Amino acid sequence: MTSFVPRIVAFCCDKSAYVAADRAGRLGSSLPASLEIIRVPCAGRVDVIHVLQAIEQGADGVLVFACHEDNCHSLTGNRVVQVRIDRVHRLMEEIGLERERLELRHVASTNGAKFAQIVERKFQELETLGPSPVR
Amino acid sequence: MIKVEQKPLDEILGFLEPYKKIVLVGCNACAAVCHAGGEKEVGILAAAIRMARKKAGQTLDILECCSPRQCEPEFVEELKEKVDDAEAILSIACGVGVQTVAERFSDVPVYPGINTMFLGETERMGVWVERCQACGHCILHLTGGLCPIARCAKQLLNGPCGGSQNGRCEINRDVPCVWHEIYDRLVAIGQVQVLEQFVPAKKWGTESRHAGPRTLTREDLKR
Repeated sequence: MTSFVPRIVAFCCDKSAYVAADRAGRLGSSLPASLEIIRVPCAGRVDVIHVLQAIEQGADGVLVFACHEDNCHSLTGNRVVQVRIDRVHRLMEEIGLERERLELRHVASTNGAKFAQIVERKFQELETLGPSPVR
Repeated sequence: MIKVEQKPLDEILGFLEPYKKIVLVGCNACAAVCHAGGEKEVGILAAAIRMARKKAGQTLDILECCSPRQCEPEFVEELKEKVDDAEAILSIACGVGVQTVAERFSDVPVYPGINTMFLGETERMGVWVERCQACGHCILHLTGGLCPIARCAKQLLNGPCGGSQNGRCEINRDVPCVWHEIYDRLVAIGQVQVLEQFVPAKKWGTESRHAGPRTLTREDLKR
């Protein structure tokens, strides 16, 4: 019996989550093997089409990581991406996809443990939700 | 320029129900400025349609493309190769673009993915307001640059109605009374005496579209 292994795509900002992911690895935190990290210079670089492409190309869930409020190294990248994520959520509702499959989270570069925790929780949530119906 | 907004996805999916292969063509002019029909929006809409169809257990092959300006026949001609293969065309240009494509490819069904709203201005990012109704006879030189045809609920030509209260229109307190604004503007530019010029009744039947679709010809440019 094959069991479902959720595929997660995580867009990781260079200044926060990408460093946090590296820390998570060095702390020995376990990250799912099905996690695919896409490094971006800033979360503000992530656009609607990138998230849709990730879902269309097989991601069961997408995480977009940004710097904390007022801590964006590009000043407003974290706010810009929030607006885009809201737009994708509305599109997902129109398509008939669960909004939980996409989430924007904020993490500091020093917090590898939090990064690992967020990814693990999303993995468990997706195990319950099941494979993406548009995989 | 022309302001447009995308139709709801379920309406578009309804149009495309019978088809297996379509061309989705955007326009990089007005529709792109409104973030409704440009190259980026072609990609987004194509992805959304494909996923919605997949969720319904169907597929749809979408050839994505974008015209620099879909109201120009020479740009529409460039779509020929793609259209030859397709069962239908979904255009996310304004109504002019959709009709230009439909006229050129008259044996292929063409569907509008957009609602054309008005001629307007970008008030600020994400907010567009109506400014012109293409009435055919511009009197902006007499109104300080504010159009009473587009912006007055009654399209009055010689000052406000009795419903103008505190600079607001009687139809809606959120709507400024354009004649109040015209007066203020003319004062500011030292041209208030212009209001003494009587503006005669508009020739709606000849200058405007009330006598049917209009044609504009420049003899010196005709080929």
